[in-house]
Amino acid sequence: MTPALALLRRDIRLAWREGGAIGTALGFYLVVVAITPLGVGPDLNLLSRIAPGVLWVALLLASLLSADRILHNDYEDGALDVLANGPLPLTLVVALKSLAHWITTGVPLALLAPILGLLLNLPIEAFPLLVLAMLAGTPAVSFLAAIGASLTLGLRRSGVLLALLVLPLYVPVLIFGVATVSAATTGPASPWPPLLMLCALSLASIVLAPIAAAAALRNAMR
Amino acid sequence: MAQSIRLTAHDLSCQRGGRVLFQHLSFALGSGEGLRVSGPNGAGKTSLLRLIAGLLPMQGGRLEVGAGAPPLPELCHYVGHANGIKSTLSVSANTSFWADFLAGEPARVGSALKLLGLEALADLPAGLLSAGQKRKLALTRLFVASRPIWLLDEPSVSLDAASVKLLDAAIVKHLKSGGLAVIASHLALKVKFAHELKLGGKGSA
Repeated sequence: MTPALALLRRDIRLAWREGGAIGTALGFYLVVVAITPLGVGPDLNLLSRIAPGVLWVALLLASLLSADRILHNDYEDGALDVLANGPLPLTLVVALKSLAHWITTGVPLALLAPILGLLLNLPIEAFPLLVLAMLAGTPAVSFLAAIGASLTLGLRRSGVLLALLVLPLYVPVLIFGVATVSAATTGPASPWPPLLMLCALSLASIVLAPIAAAAALRNAMR
Repeated sequence: MAQSIRLTAHDLSCQRGGRVLFQHLSFALGSGEGLRVSGPNGAGKTSLLRLIAGLLPMQGGRLEVGAGAPPLPELCHYVGHANGIKSTLSVSANTSFWADFLAGEPARVGSALKLLGLEALADLPAGLLSAGQKRKLALTRLFVASRPIWLLDEPSVSLDAASVKLLDAAIVKHLKSGGLAVIASHLALKVKFAHELKLGGKGSA
């Protein structure tokens, strides 16, 4: 097995084994979306209008819950020293760990979203686009989270600081994500331009975020 | 294993938090030679090893390996205070990950575990191991991927007498096959080191 595949497989296995990672994110997502109708009242029209926004905001918060796991555990137990001395450049190590985070957090959350859409009276016609938009946008969420994770490495209560650092970076993803789903529910605008913007945001994050995160990581390890 | 590996340090210096740990430090290790680093706590033994492993940025001086060799960090095995073990993965899964990730030989996982007496525990989650067993598990990565330079930071901590002997023998074998080793240790290992380096307690070597 190549070093890259070995690292990816290990991180996915750890996310399953160490519990919490996937379960907490999915549970948090479910609870936040489930209590929203209790807060805004049983107005079905209002709920279906705010559904895309609620689903996206809750997804961003849920994926931040496990964001510090991208690097924190490996830093604490010394595994990062081994990863830094491997044949892969640190940029690629960070990229693979972000990819593992996307597979174990972004994808499950995106697949859960339609079920939660039912709770918010989101029209069923919008479901395919909702999943598509979330699958297109969540890579950016995971890769940008890696920047926050490496900047807050070794700090106490790093989770809160990480959220403060990374949430502003999520604004474009949120705007275009909600625009895609809203276009599908309310029309008449086409959902494709914002969806393509989401893809562009993800591609740019996949390329650029590991460079920034690896630089921050080198600084944290000294 | 490449026979022509040399490790030469010129005029190394290291500062941590504004305090000078050592400066004007030079040594040269040829193939098959070991260097023992000793000194009181806080003298900079770990920092020296991390500097060689490329985990700390160079602040002064140069480190050189023979011409045409791969970059220094890829020649080194660094086993530090933290074992780098994943407690939810099994003992053998930990070792096979290192074999795969460090581009070593996955076929040697079994023999490495056997060498250190961990083969009976291979399927146990690593989190259940004792401190000494965890240490031994961390040392298995020396044997699943062959790298010419071993950087061991207090490798014998929490090992029992029999395991220290095993480690001793493994280091001797590594040196005989042309490898290099830089070892920071308080305990007396029986290995004959070609060089000794005493880092002073008062801030400079």
